[in-house]
Amino acid sequence: MNTTIQKIGRRGFLKAGAATAGGLMLGFYLPESKLQAQNAAGDAKLNAFVHVAPNDSITLFLHKSEMGQGVVTSLSQLLAEELECDWNKVRTQFAGVDRAYGPLQGTFGSMSIRTTWEPLRKAGASAREMLLQAAAQKWNVDASQCRAENNQIINSASNARLSYGSLAEDAAKVPVPAKVTLKDPKQFHLIGTSPKRLDTPAKVCGKAEFGLDVRRPGELYAVVARCPVFEGKVASFDDTKAKAVPGVQQVVRISSGVAVLADNTWSAMEGRRALEIQWDEGRNANLSTAGIRKMFADLAEKPGAVARNDGNAEAALSGAAKKIEAVYEAPYLAHAPMEPMNCTADVRPDSCEVWASTQIQTAAHGTAMKITGLPPEKVQIHTTFLGGGFGRRGGADFVAEAVEISKAAGVPVKLTWSREDDMQHDLYRPASYTRFSAGLDGEGWPVALTSRIVSPAFGGLKDGVSRNAVEGIDDTPYAIAALHVDYHNGDPGIPVTFWRSVGYSQNTFFLESFVDELAAAGGKDPLELRRRLLAKSPRLLGVLELAAEKAGWGKPLAAGRARGIGVNDNIGSFTAQVAEVSVTGGKLRVHRVVCAVDCGHVVNPHIIEQQLQSGIVYGMSAALKGAITIDRGRVQQQNFDHYDVLRIDEMPVVEVYIVPSQEAPGGIGEATTPGTAPAIANAIFAATGKRIRQLPIRTGDLA
Amino acid sequence: MAAIQFTLNGKPQSVDVPSRMPLLWVLRDTLGMTGTKFGCGMALCGACTVHVNGQPIRSCSMPISGVAGKKVTSIEGLSADNSHPVQRAWIEEDVPQCGYCQSGQIMTAAGLLAKTANPTDADIDEAMHGNVCRCGTYQSIRKAVHLAARYQAAANGKVARGDA
Repeated sequence: MNTTIQKIGRRGFLKAGAATAGGLMLGFYLPESKLQAQNAAGDAKLNAFVHVAPNDSITLFLHKSEMGQGVVTSLSQLLAEELECDWNKVRTQFAGVDRAYGPLQGTFGSMSIRTTWEPLRKAGASAREMLLQAAAQKWNVDASQCRAENNQIINSASNARLSYGSLAEDAAKVPVPAKVTLKDPKQFHLIGTSPKRLDTPAKVCGKAEFGLDVRRPGELYAVVARCPVFEGKVASFDDTKAKAVPGVQQVVRISSGVAVLADNTWSAMEGRRALEIQWDEGRNANLSTAGIRKMFADLAEKPGAVARNDGNAEAALSGAAKKIEAVYEAPYLAHAPMEPMNCTADVRPDSCEVWASTQIQTAAHGTAMKITGLPPEKVQIHTTFLGGGFGRRGGADFVAEAVEISKAAGVPVKLTWSREDDMQHDLYRPASYTRFSAGLDGEGWPVALTSRIVSPAFGGLKDGVSRNAVEGIDDTPYAIAALHVDYHNGDPGIPVTFWRSVGYSQNTFFLESFVDELAAAGGKDPLELRRRLLAKSPRLLGVLELAAEKAGWGKPLAAGRARGIGVNDNIGSFTAQVAEVSVTGGKLRVHRVVCAVDCGHVVNPHIIEQQLQSGIVYGMSAALKGAITIDRGRVQQQNFDHYDVLRIDEMPVVEVYIVPSQEAPGGIGEATTPGTAPAIANAIFAATGKRIRQLPIRTGDLA
Repeated sequence: MAAIQFTLNGKPQSVDVPSRMPLLWVLRDTLGMTGTKFGCGMALCGACTVHVNGQPIRSCSMPISGVAGKKVTSIEGLSADNSHPVQRAWIEEDVPQCGYCQSGQIMTAAGLLAKTANPTDADIDEAMHGNVCRCGTYQSIRKAVHLAARYQAAANGKVARGDA
C-alpha cells in the first residue's frame, strides 16, 4: 500500500484547523477503500494530519467520524504505537472536508482500521524519525544513538532527554524520511491493548458535542413538515396560524416541504403543528406492505438476473434424494440512531458553513455546494460526534434541508428532526423476499442449492444484480457443488440505503436458517453439517469450533433451553455465534450469546468486544422487534412505542472470544449483526420445532 | 408569560418561557445546557433524563411549569469533575460507545443508587429498562452500576454487593 507523507506549511495548518500553529505537522494519505489504495499514486491527496505541538501534545486530525465504533481511540493507537507517544498527551480533532482530503471522505463499510492500519503507523514512524533526527542534530550525535520513548527522545549514551514539544519546531525542518521501517508486531506495546477510550470522559458529563448540540450566534431553530407519503409534494399551504404561535419567526418553503423557524425547537414544533398543508401525495399514495409483498412474490415466480451459477443446480435438484423448499422474508427497517437527524447551517452570500453528525463529509460538502452555488473552498463542513450512524448518516438529506432553510431565511439555522420525522423519513434497510430450494443426497448431505432474491436495489446494478441485495447468499463460503442465485430488483419506491451490515443483515438470516433446515431434513447435527460445508474455509471453521466449544455445544442444558448457530463472513472478519434460548408460554427469552471472532490483528480488544456486543444487540432488535410497515404510502411506525428496540431487561449474557491472528485486520462494526437472528431462530427451532422464516419473530410464531 | 423560577444544579434560575414548554428545550435551547439529550419527545427512550427533587424524570415530557420552585439536576450538575460514583464507574468500565444516550443512562443510574444503595440485577432492569441504547452498551451498564454501588459504599464506609 502506498502511503504519501508530506510536511504541511502554515497554510495547511490553518486548513486542518490546528488550534495553534507551530511545531511539526505531517499530512498523509488515508485511502478510503482497497481500490483507492491500489490506485493511490505519487500525487495522492493528503487527508489526515498529525501535529506535534510545542506544548508536547500530539493531535491526530481524523477524517473518520466517531459514531461509537471507537476510531478516536483505535486510530490514535495506530499512530501512537510508532510515534511512541505518552497516551495522556494524545488528542484527536475531526478534520474538515476539502477536495485535497480525498475523493470520498466518509466512514462506512467497517473500513476505518482496514484502511489506516498501515498509513497511520507509517505516519507515526515518520514523525518519530524526524524528531529523532532533530534531537541527534541538537546533541551532535548519530541518530542511531537516540531512541523514542513516551513523548521523549532519549540519548542512549548520556541518558539526556528532550521532549517532543521542545523538538517539534526543529523536527519540522528535517526532511520527511523516504522510507520507514515499521515495528515487528511482537514489539507492539499499545496495539493489541485496551487503553481507556479517549472519548469517554467527555461522554459521561454531557460535554461531548453532537450535531444537535451545536449552537451558533443568532441561529433560529427549524423543523420541517414533510409529506407523509414518499415523494409527495406540497400542493398549497397556509401559515397564518403557524406564524401566530409564540416564538415562531419565519415559515419558508423548501424542496422537501415547509420549514418553520422559531426561537427554540419546541416553538418550531408547535408552529409546525399549526401549519395547514394540502399535499399532492403522488404515485406512492396507494403503497402498502401487503401490496409490496405480493409484488415481491409475483416477481419470485420468474427467473431473475444471475448472481452466481456453479454446476448444474437444476439437474442436481431433480436428481436429489430429497428436496426442500422454503420462502424467507425480512421487512424494511429504520436505523433509529439515538440522535435524530439534524444539521446546523449558516449560509451567507459568499460562504456556507455546515455542522453535522455525518458519515460522509464529501456528500455533505457536495450537497451544500450544489444548493448554494458556492465553490468548494467557500463551503466548510464541521464534523461533530455522531449519536449513532448505522448507515443512516451517509445520507445528506438532512444537510440539504438545513442549507436550503438557512439560504432562504438568511440566518444561521439549526434543523432538528423529531423522532417521528426520523422514523417516517428514513432511508430504510430494504425489505427482501427469498425463495430457496435445495437437494440432499441419499445420506442427507446437500448437493444443490438455489436462491431467488427479490429486493430493491441501491448503489447500482451490475449485470442486473444489486450487490447490496445478494451479498450473504451469492458469496456463501459453504461448499455446495451446484449453486444458483438469481435476483429481481423489486422496487416499490420506498427510499432505501445502507443499514449496519447491509445485505448480510437479512441474507445471513435467510441462508443460515435454511442451512439449519437442511441439517434437520438430512438428519444431521447443525454443527456437523456446517463443519463439512466449511472444511475449506479455515478461518470460519475456526470461529465455529471455538464458539461451539465455549457454548458447550452438544452438552446438556437446563430444561426448556436450546442452542442455535449463526456464522458469518462479511467485512474481512469471521464470526460464529451460538445463542441459548428458551420459549416459555409462548414467550421467548435469549439467555446467552457466545460469539467467536477472527478479525486478524487486534488493535483494541475492549473496543472489539464492545462492537461485537453492539452488533448482537442491533441484530436482536431487528430479529425480535423491528418492522417498518406501509399503509396508504405512509410509514405506520412513528416512535419507539411502535418501533421498539432491545432494552436492558432483555439483554442476554454475551461472551466474546477473539482468535489470535497475524492476518491483516478485518472490520468490526458490522461483524455480528448478521449472525444473531439466525442463531436465535435456529435455537427456537431446537427448542420448539417451530421454524422462523419471517422477521421479526412474533409471539404467534412460537405458540 | 410569567417568569418561572426553579433551582438548577444548585443555583437559582429564572426563565421567561411559555408554561407548557418542556424542561428539555428550556435546558437545551433557552439555557444552552446541551448535556441533556433529545431522543423521542414522548418519554419512551430516557435520553433526556434529569432529576427533579432527586427523582429521575423525563425532561422532554415535563412542562417547565411543573418544576417551578423545585430542584433540577442535569448531567452538568452531577459533579464538576466526573467524580460522582456513577461517572467514575462509567469511566472505569469505558461504557459509552456513541455516547448520546449516556447522560440519561447516568442520571437514571444515579437516581437508582440514591434510593437503592445495593441494587440487584432485577433492580437495575426495573430502573433502567426505560433507557434505550442503540449501541447496545447494556452489559457494560449493568457492570458499571454494580461498580458504582461499590464506589458509593466505599465513600460512605459501607460494604456493597459483590464485595463480600
